[in-house]
Amino acid sequence: MIEISGLCKYYKEVKAVDHLDMTVQEGEIFGLLGPNGAGKTTTMRILTTLARPTAGKVYINGREVSRRERRIKNEIGVVSQTENLDVEMTARENMELHGRLFKIPVQERREQIEKLLAFVDLTERADTAVGRFSGGMKRRLMIARALLHSPRLILMDEPTVGLDPQVRRRIWDLIRSLNSERITVLLTTHYIEEAELLCHRVGIMNKGKLIALGTPDELKKKVGKFVVEVPNHNETEYHVCEERGEALRYASAMQKDIVIRESNLEDVFIELTGRKVGD
Amino acid sequence: MITDTYTVFWREMVLLRKKFKSFFAGSMVSPLLYLLSFGWGLGRNIQFGTTSYLDFVVPGIIALSAMNASYNATGASLNVSRLYYKTLEEFLAAPISVCSLVLGNIFSGCFRGLFSSVIIIIFSYLFGAHLHLNIWFFVSLLLTCFLFAALGLVAAMVVNSHEDMSRFATFVILPMTFLCGTFFRVEKYPPLVAALVQALPLTHSAVSLRAIALNTGFPLVSLLVLAAYAAVLFALGLWVTYRVE
Ligand SMILES: Nc1ncnc2c1ncn2[C@@H]1O[C@H](COP(=O)(O)OP(=O)(O)OP(=O)(O)O)[C@@H](O)[C@H]1O
Ligand SMILES: [Mg+2]
Repeated sequence: MIEISGLCKYYKEVKAVDHLDMTVQEGEIFGLLGPNGAGKTTTMRILTTLARPTAGKVYINGREVSRRERRIKNEIGVVSQTENLDVEMTARENMELHGRLFKIPVQERREQIEKLLAFVDLTERADTAVGRFSGGMKRRLMIARALLHSPRLILMDEPTVGLDPQVRRRIWDLIRSLNSERITVLLTTHYIEEAELLCHRVGIMNKGKLIALGTPDELKKKVGKFVVEVPNHNETEYHVCEERGEALRYASAMQKDIVIRESNLEDVFIELTGRKVGD
Repeated sequence: MITDTYTVFWREMVLLRKKFKSFFAGSMVSPLLYLLSFGWGLGRNIQFGTTSYLDFVVPGIIALSAMNASYNATGASLNVSRLYYKTLEEFLAAPISVCSLVLGNIFSGCFRGLFSSVIIIIFSYLFGAHLHLNIWFFVSLLLTCFLFAALGLVAAMVVNSHEDMSRFATFVILPMTFLCGTFFRVEKYPPLVAALVQALPLTHSAVSLRAIALNTGFPLVSLLVLAAYAAVLFALGLWVTYRVE
């Protein structure tokens, strides 16, 4: 569905994306996980033609991405990291603008708009100016808008950033229900659990490079199944163990309060980079 | 292509309708001030040969307002939608051609420019001006609006901040306001300055609108200069919009 090879994007001093290779398969939820500045947004912007690569190639459905290639744009739905809705227009007008830009016939456009506004639970606020929406409502509207032209592929840049846990879970449900209709989803996130619970495959990005790729289970297997957390002054030391017995033996040798838990993608990230995703 | 251009234009009109009152009131302020101060205050009793100063200055004020309204329409709205609200992304990611995007924006700039020009024409009649309006008057007016709307678009696409945008206006638009023969004849300058001023588009807007309104001959050269500016700025607009990130 998406093929990225040798992709680079350099700004003056920064290598925002540095030789990125990856593919996203049809029907999967693929997550790009990485800390601030990893190059996730830059990658997404290149996929949606908002930025031009310095080098490398990107293919979506076998066609090379460029601003002139309008067929690709018809096939993808975009939810960007910034809330790029028209704040002076109402929710319905924002949807209508999108429908017109994608040349959806009037009758179909009206029906789809109502259907999608109901889907994201905004029917009652449809005629309110978007400027008065909360962050969660804006996100939901952006998702509805991205779905209006029935794309087979959805690109979402940090779809749940800054939202409270309940809204986040609702958006996850939304994404899952889209995926159950065989819509491919590529999303970026810096939330460990979002990548772990929602995505079929995860690519871990750091400083413009892809440093690991696989299913959450595969990735976790690489570091070991269990982690013992040992508090040490103000820091926490992590000790990774392959199996339960080993973890217990290690823990019982400790004098301090310790925590034994299953490893998560954060541990994978720490193992690979020596720092936490949030740092 | 036409549908897409209309979509871009449609969106601008939806926004305009929402703030129509303030837009309408805003379009009246500066023309009224110009008419009051230059037309009435300064020029009530000055005769320019056989024409009154009011008749002389009104075409200049029309050129000026057309410039400001069209330039600000595209410049301010695109600058904000590119750098602040990011709504430009929605258009860039949509399956419409760059040309439709550029034309739709320029047409909405033209619409506002023409709108404020019509307001001045109405007012100037109330003030007692005598203008000779024909099709060529509107052709010059349209070219003026088109070229300044395109200039606003180019500026909005290349600057990197709101400050740069107002700096551009200070160094490009503001000087034209006062230098380009809107309030007096450019022939009064020393030769070097006159040559410089002759190269600026607003000079030719004022010259051609005035020549037609006062019925003093057909301003062929000025019309051609305006058309050339419009064409070049449109092409530049396509280029920068294609390149913008
Ligand atoms: N327009 C730009 N000009 C210069 N540098 C840029 C630009 N856009 C991004 N960068 C740089 O590229 C790097 C990657 O940025 P990017 O926005 O892709 O990161 P990200 O992974 O999306 O981070 P976040 O989680 O904060 O959204 C950063 O170092 C950033 O400063
Ligand atoms: Mg980002």
